[in-house]
Amino acid sequence: MRHATFLRFFLPTAIAMLLFIAMPIVSVVVQSVYAPHDRVVIEVENCTPFGCTKSTAIDQAATQKLRDENPLGRFVGGTIYVDRSHLAFAEVAEAWRQSATAGDFAARLMNLPFYKALAFTLTYLVFVTPLSILLGLLVALAVNAIPRILRGPTIFFSLLPMIVTPLIGALILFWMVDSRGIIGAAVQWLANDPDLSLKASTPLTWVMLIVYGTWSTAPFAFVVYYAGLQTVPQDTIESAMLDGASRWHRLRYVVLPHLMPLTTFMFLIKIMDNFRVFEPIVSFNAGAHAQSLSYFIYSDLGGETRLLSSAAATSVLTVAGVLVLLSPVLVRTWRQFGKA
Amino acid sequence: MTRSARSRSVTLNALIVGFLAFWLLLAIFPFFWTLWGSFKVEGDFFSKATWQNAVFGPLTLLEHGSAFTGAGYRGAWIQEEFWRSALNSLAVVVCVVVFSLSIGTLGGYALSRSTYRYAFWLLLIALVFRAMPPITLVSGYLLPFYQWNLWGHLPTAIVVLVAINQPFTLWMLTSFFRNIPKDLDESARVDGCTQFQAFRHVIIPVMWPGVITTGLFSFLLAYNDFVVTAMLLSKQNQTMIPKIASFLGTTQTEGNVMFAVSSVVSVTAPLFLLVMFFQRQIVSGLTAGAVKG
Amino acid sequence: MHKTLKAALSLVALLAAGTAHAQTNCGATTGRVNIVGNEFPAIKTVAANAAKCQTGALTVKSNLTANHQRINVQGMQGNPAEYTSAVIATSSIVALMNENVIRPLDALVAAHGADIPKNQLITIDGRVMAVAFMANAQHLVYRKDILAQVGAEPPKTYEDMIRVGKLIRERGILRNPIGGAYKAGWDLAQEFVNMYTGQGGEFFKPGTPEAAINNPRGVAALNTMKALSELMHPDFLTHDSNGTSAEWKAGNVALMNMWGSRTGVLMAREGNDPKVADNTAVAAPMTVGGGRIPATTLWWDGWTVARNISDEDARATFLAMKNGISPAILNDETMGQAVWMIAGYKPAPVNQGVIQTMAMGAKPYPMLPYMGLLHTALGDGLAAFFQGRKDAATTLSDIEKAYATAAREKGFLK
Repeated sequence: MRHATFLRFFLPTAIAMLLFIAMPIVSVVVQSVYAPHDRVVIEVENCTPFGCTKSTAIDQAATQKLRDENPLGRFVGGTIYVDRSHLAFAEVAEAWRQSATAGDFAARLMNLPFYKALAFTLTYLVFVTPLSILLGLLVALAVNAIPRILRGPTIFFSLLPMIVTPLIGALILFWMVDSRGIIGAAVQWLANDPDLSLKASTPLTWVMLIVYGTWSTAPFAFVVYYAGLQTVPQDTIESAMLDGASRWHRLRYVVLPHLMPLTTFMFLIKIMDNFRVFEPIVSFNAGAHAQSLSYFIYSDLGGETRLLSSAAATSVLTVAGVLVLLSPVLVRTWRQFGKA
Repeated sequence: MTRSARSRSVTLNALIVGFLAFWLLLAIFPFFWTLWGSFKVEGDFFSKATWQNAVFGPLTLLEHGSAFTGAGYRGAWIQEEFWRSALNSLAVVVCVVVFSLSIGTLGGYALSRSTYRYAFWLLLIALVFRAMPPITLVSGYLLPFYQWNLWGHLPTAIVVLVAINQPFTLWMLTSFFRNIPKDLDESARVDGCTQFQAFRHVIIPVMWPGVITTGLFSFLLAYNDFVVTAMLLSKQNQTMIPKIASFLGTTQTEGNVMFAVSSVVSVTAPLFLLVMFFQRQIVSGLTAGAVKG
Repeated sequence: MHKTLKAALSLVALLAAGTAHAQTNCGATTGRVNIVGNEFPAIKTVAANAAKCQTGALTVKSNLTANHQRINVQGMQGNPAEYTSAVIATSSIVALMNENVIRPLDALVAAHGADIPKNQLITIDGRVMAVAFMANAQHLVYRKDILAQVGAEPPKTYEDMIRVGKLIRERGILRNPIGGAYKAGWDLAQEFVNMYTGQGGEFFKPGTPEAAINNPRGVAALNTMKALSELMHPDFLTHDSNGTSAEWKAGNVALMNMWGSRTGVLMAREGNDPKVADNTAVAAPMTVGGGRIPATTLWWDGWTVARNISDEDARATFLAMKNGISPAILNDETMGQAVWMIAGYKPAPVNQGVIQTMAMGAKPYPMLPYMGLLHTALGDGLAAFFQGRKDAATTLSDIEKAYATAAREKGFLK
C-alpha cells in the first residue's frame, strides 16, 4: 500500500489517538518527574463545631509564590520512580546487604509494596492468561460442533460472565463466596471444614481471584475463537478429510494454525489486561491479601490527598512492565511482519 | 459441518455435550441466582445468616406478604427513573460502536495491507497506548475539559471512549483483516479499482464476521464502562453503570442495592435479542465470503 | 432575644412549609450555583433546598456522586470554576485547602450570614472556610437482649467490650459477637485513628509533618484492635461498614463500634428481623486504656465556596447554600437523615450515640494538611499486622516510612 493511501485510511484513528491518548501520556510522563513544591507549613488555630484546636495549615501566599515561579512544580527527575513506594532501589540494596539467605531476601522484598504487588500480579497473570484462553478455545470448539439452532442461545449464555457489569456481578459473587453464601457453603461442604472461609486466608483469596479472573474473561477468548472458526477454509478441511486425516489431525494441522494470529492477539491483550488487574481486587475487598500496580494508582488518585506524581510514575512503570512481558510476542510479530 | 457432525462418534458427542453443559452451568448460575434474588428484599438476598434466605425469602415474606416482590424493579425504573440512564447508555453505545468501527476498519485495513515497517511501529505504539491505565488518562482530561466546558456532555464521553478503544479495535481488526486473503483486493486492483474501491467492493462484503466480533467488544466496552462515564458525565447525562454505582453509593441506603440488582437483570433481556440477531450475521457474513472466495 | 430568634425561626419554617413548592426568596436573584458532593440522603436534601432559590437569572445545579473526591479539585481549579460549592467533610476540606481552591467566607458571613450560629462556622487560621450542617461519629451499638442474657451492662471501655464479647462466646450465644468496619484500607485506618486517639496519642511531632505513631500508645492501640478482631468473623479484613451492618442485621453480632449515620437502618423494622431491630440500642463511645477521651473521632459535613468565581456567583452560592441548610428544611422525613446542626433539630433516640460523643468531649478528626497521607499509609500497612505477618512495632515503623515517602513527594518533608 502506498504511503499516501495508507495515510488517508489511517488518519481518522491517528487523530483520535493522538488527541486523547498520546497527549495525556506526555503529560503523565512530565508529571512523573515533577513533584509539588515544598509546602510552607504554618501553625494555626482551627475552630469547628467541636471546639478549637492548634493545628497546621499550608501558607498559601508563600506556596503560591513558589508555584508562580515554576508552574510545573519541583523537578525531581527519577526520584519518585526509585522511592520506597515504587522501585525502592535503596531499600532493595539494603535488604540485599542484610539478608543471609535467598529466602530472607525474598521476605524482605515482599515487605516493599511494589514487589509485593508484582508477586500477586505475575501469579495472577501466569494462571489466568493461559487458562482463560484454553477454556475459551474449548468452549468455541464445542459450540461449533452443536446443531446450529442451539448455537444462538448457547453463545448468549456463554457471554453472560462478561455481559453482566462487573460492578454488580462481582458484588453478587462476593456474597456468594461468603462463608454463609451458597458457593462458600458448598466449598465448606466439599472440604468438610465448617470453619473454612475463602476471604480470610491469603492463598484462598488468590485462588478465588484467579478462578474469578478465568471465569470472567474466558468468554472473550470464546467469542474471538468462535468467529475465527467461522473463517476456517472448508476446502482445506475437506481435502484433509479425503486424505484420511483424523479429527485430531485436522484440528492440530488445519484449524489451530488458522487460529494462530488470533491466539497471538489474545495473548497480547490478555497479558496486558491481567497485568493491570484491578477490578476483582476492589470488588472482592481483597486489598488485604492482594495488590496490583493499578490498585496503587487507584488508591493514589482516590485518597483524600491525591498523589498525582506517584500515580503518574506507577502508570509509566505499568506500561514498561507490559512492554517487558510482551517483548517475546512482539519480537515474534516483528519477525513475521510483512511475511504473512 | 453438518456432515462432520453426523460422522462423530457417540463418545465424542457425549463429551462435547457434557463439557458444554458444565460450562453453561458455571456461566449461567450466578446470573440465575441474581435473577431469582432480584425479587427478594436486600435482607434476604444479601443475608449473612444463611444462603437459604435468598432461596426462601423469609424477610420478603414478612415485609411484602409474599416470597417474591417487584419492589426492586419499581424502585429502579419508576422512582429512580432508570430509563433515563438506559436511554443515555443507548445513545453512547450506538455512537461508540459506529464511530469506533468506522475509523477502526479503515485504520485496521490499512495496517493489515501495508508492508512497510512503520505499520508495525504504529501497532506497537497503539499497544503502548492501550497499556496505559485508563484511570490515569481520565484524571488527566478533567482539568482541560472543565476549562473548555466540555465536561459532563454525552459527546465528550463518546469521543473519549472511541479514542481509548481505538488501540484494541485496531489490533483486533488487523488480525481479522490478515485472515482475509490479499489476493482478493489485489485482483480488484489489477482490474483497475483504486485502493478505496477495492476496499469498498471486495473487502467490505467479506469483513463482517471480524467487524461484528470487534463491534461486540466495542459494545461491551462502552456498555460496561465505569471509569470514563462516572468521571466525565454530569448527573443528567449519566449512563447505566454510574447510575447503578450510585444505587450502591459509599454508604448503602436500605433497599437501593436491590435497585442495582434489578436494573442489571432487566437490561440483560435486550442484550439477549441483540446477540441472537448478530449471531446470524456472523454466519451470513461467512457465506458471503465463501461465495466470493 | 434568644426566644424571639427561635420564634422567628419557627415562623420562617412554617412559611417555608406552607410554600414548599413555591419559589423561596433567598436574597439573590442572579448568578450561577453548581454544587459537587457525595451522594447520600442528607446531602441530597441540602442540594434540593439550595435549588429552591432558582430564579430566571439564578441557576442552581448539582452533581452529587460517590466520585466527588476524584473530581472536585479539578472542577474548582479552572477559572471560572465549574463548581461554585463543594460539600465536604472534616478530612476532605484539607485537599481543597491544600490546593487553595476555596475562598474565605468572612465577608459573606458578615454581610448575609449573621444568623448562622457561630459554632457552625469552620475557621482555619482565623478565617471562616466552611459552614458545617451535620455531625457524625462512631459509637457503641449493642444488642439489649444478648447483654441481658449474659447479665452485662453496655460496655464503657474497650476492655469491657472484649470481656463481654468473650463471655457471649463462652456461653455459646454467638460465635463472633463483635463487629467492626475493619476492611483493609480507609476503614481499618479509621479504626486505628479512633483507638490511637483514645490512647491519647498524637499523630505527628508537634507543629511538624513528621509522623510519630511508632510508640507504646500505637502498639497498645494495635493490640487492643487485635484482641477485638479475634472476637470478630474471620473475614473481618473484608468488612466495610456495609458488610458490618449486614452481619448485624443477620443477628451474628452483639457489640460494635459503628457510624451514627448508619444506625438508623439497623433499628428500623422495615427490612429487618424484628428480633434484631427491636433489641438494637446505641450508647456513648468507649474509652480505652484508662483514657478519659473516648476512642473515636468527631466528623462534620459542611459546604464551601470556590475561590475562582465572580463575587456575584460567590454571593449567590453562599445564599443558596445557606437556604439549603436553613431550619426550614427540617421536616418529618429529613429529621432522621442526619444529626443536623440546625436550629430546630430534635434528635431521635437513634442519634443519642453521636450527641453523647459530642458531650463526652471526643476529639475531632485531625484537620491537618498531611493527615490524608498518613490515613492512606495506615490503610495500606495495617493489614499485615492483623494477618500476623509483622509485629506491631515493625508495622508502625513501615507505615511511618510509607508516609514519609508520600509526604516527601507532596513537599511536606524534605
